Amino acid sequence: MHDHRYLVEMRNIHKWFSGVCALRGVDFAVGYAEIVGLVGDNGAGKSTLIKILSGFYPPDEGKIFFEGQERHFSSPHEARDLGIETIYQEAAMVPKMSIMRNIFMGRELSRMRLGSLGYLDIPRMEEEAMKALQGVGLHLRSPHALVEELSGGQRQGVAIARAMYFKSKLVILDEPTNNLSVKESEKVLEFILELKRQGISSIFISHNLYHVYPVADRIVVLSHGEKIGDFRREETSVEKITKLMVLP
Amino acid sequence: MASPSPTGLLRRGEGMHSASFLSSWKRILLLRETSSLVMLFLVIIVFFSIAPLFLSKENVGVILEIIPELGIVALGITMLMIAGEFDLSVGSVFAFCPIMMALFMTWGMHPVLAVVAALFVGIALGALNGLVTLVFGIPSFITTLGSMLIWRGGVLLITGGWPPPFPTQMSTTILVGKIGILRASLFWFVVVTFLLWFILERTDFGNWMFATGGNQVAARAMGIDVRKVKLANFMLCAFLAGFAGIIQSFRLQTTLPSMGNGLEMEAIAATVIGGTSLGGGVGTLIGTVVGSFLIRIIDNGLIMARAPSYWFRVFIGIATILAVILNTFVRERAKKLRC
Repeated sequence: MHDHRYLVEMRNIHKWFSGVCALRGVDFAVGYAEIVGLVGDNGAGKSTLIKILSGFYPPDEGKIFFEGQERHFSSPHEARDLGIETIYQEAAMVPKMSIMRNIFMGRELSRMRLGSLGYLDIPRMEEEAMKALQGVGLHLRSPHALVEELSGGQRQGVAIARAMYFKSKLVILDEPTNNLSVKESEKVLEFILELKRQGISSIFISHNLYHVYPVADRIVVLSHGEKIGDFRREETSVEKITKLMVLP
Repeated sequence: MASPSPTGLLRRGEGMHSASFLSSWKRILLLRETSSLVMLFLVIIVFFSIAPLFLSKENVGVILEIIPELGIVALGITMLMIAGEFDLSVGSVFAFCPIMMALFMTWGMHPVLAVVAALFVGIALGALNGLVTLVFGIPSFITTLGSMLIWRGGVLLITGGWPPPFPTQMSTTILVGKIGILRASLFWFVVVTFLLWFILERTDFGNWMFATGGNQVAARAMGIDVRKVKLANFMLCAFLAGFAGIIQSFRLQTTLPSMGNGLEMEAIAATVIGGTSLGGGVGTLIGTVVGSFLIRIIDNGLIMARAPSYWFRVFIGIATILAVILNTFVRERAKKLRC
């Protein structure tokens, strides 16, 4: 039986790494247009859970449902084709490439194809890149600026714009506010809220509760590979969750 | 949040044509080719003032007939380096392919077929470099250092130190035929430059190359097959080295086992002088063309200025280091220009 209230549902997920148990029986779900904060200490199992969801490795036990259907991902490619986009801070962008080329990296728009070569439709890519950026409220001067010239927050914005442009249904953000200034972090939170406004679900992974709490609809707490909390924001507070994370 | 409306869109090209004088200066300074072009210009002026014959019609012809052979090899290196890998074996492949071609012909193969077969040998050698590097996950610097020695040794083993006779029955017009002071090889150099520029700057494959060299993890995460991209460039690089080797053997009407000795270093120097980064993900083909001109012009200019030929390597060394310093320095300063 499957519950259709959720975009994605992971049930009873187990994962071992050479004898060490990384996840034990974790249930995790994300609703439609919902922002779920995933928090927990280092080694709690957050990134393992996310890597299973984004197709990096299969669970040893447990099931994954996406839009009501059971799925087995054998590669990140498959998960992405379904609309699950993961944004890792370090690995999302090529700094020496332009914003436009980063947005269309691997999914270029071409005018025509000659065998396996596609002739890039640069005018359309310029136009669409600017459109995508404005979709998240990022107003940059030119799509040809290099990503290395952008601030950390703007880079996250470009990655989120890219996910939105390619019609992702679920965007997973791995520590998107790490190493960012307060102002920049606020910008990133604004991007995440924009995703929700456009009906896109997201998972916001962070160890900084003060970033997660204001934007998340629901907060899931992991500790030592187990889920120890799953609250709607209204039911809880930063203090309660902090206590929960510190106690065990 | 602003929803994307047609009126809110920046029209294509806007903000680019409204550039002020200062920002167009900044644009020029930020170009990777700028410092090598400036050096090229200075070198030409210096040699011309020392030896006015340097710019005579005959000498310009001499320079233009030796540039394509280095230039084509360097273009291959540039492509591979942008994709994040390295090839030290180009000098050996440069000798290996023409010798195979001569060998095929002495076996009675049709000349055209022999050239094509020799080029396929080049592609195969590149594929071998790529496969060993990618399958075993070792640095291409090591793989190709090894294959550089192997194929140079192979050339000597095959020829026994004595080159096979260069076949006289074949027409060399298509590769090195002369029109006035220009050779057909210059035309091929232009064609190769344009084709590679198009692939690099105007196709999706070029975008994958920059992504692969610039951040392999990100490229893979976005679904780019980075191994395929690298392998293709290894093959391309060796193919071009073989092609350039055949051009030289056509021009000299001989196939020497020592052909292309030290060429890998000149080709890497030309690439680096042109602004391509050793780290991958950054580079331009036009810069490499300028770099190749610079190296061959220094070579020729020193002879015209009657300087001892030993100075050649000294100057190339200085030019390489200077170009990279200039490039880094100028670009850093240009980025700080407010406009």
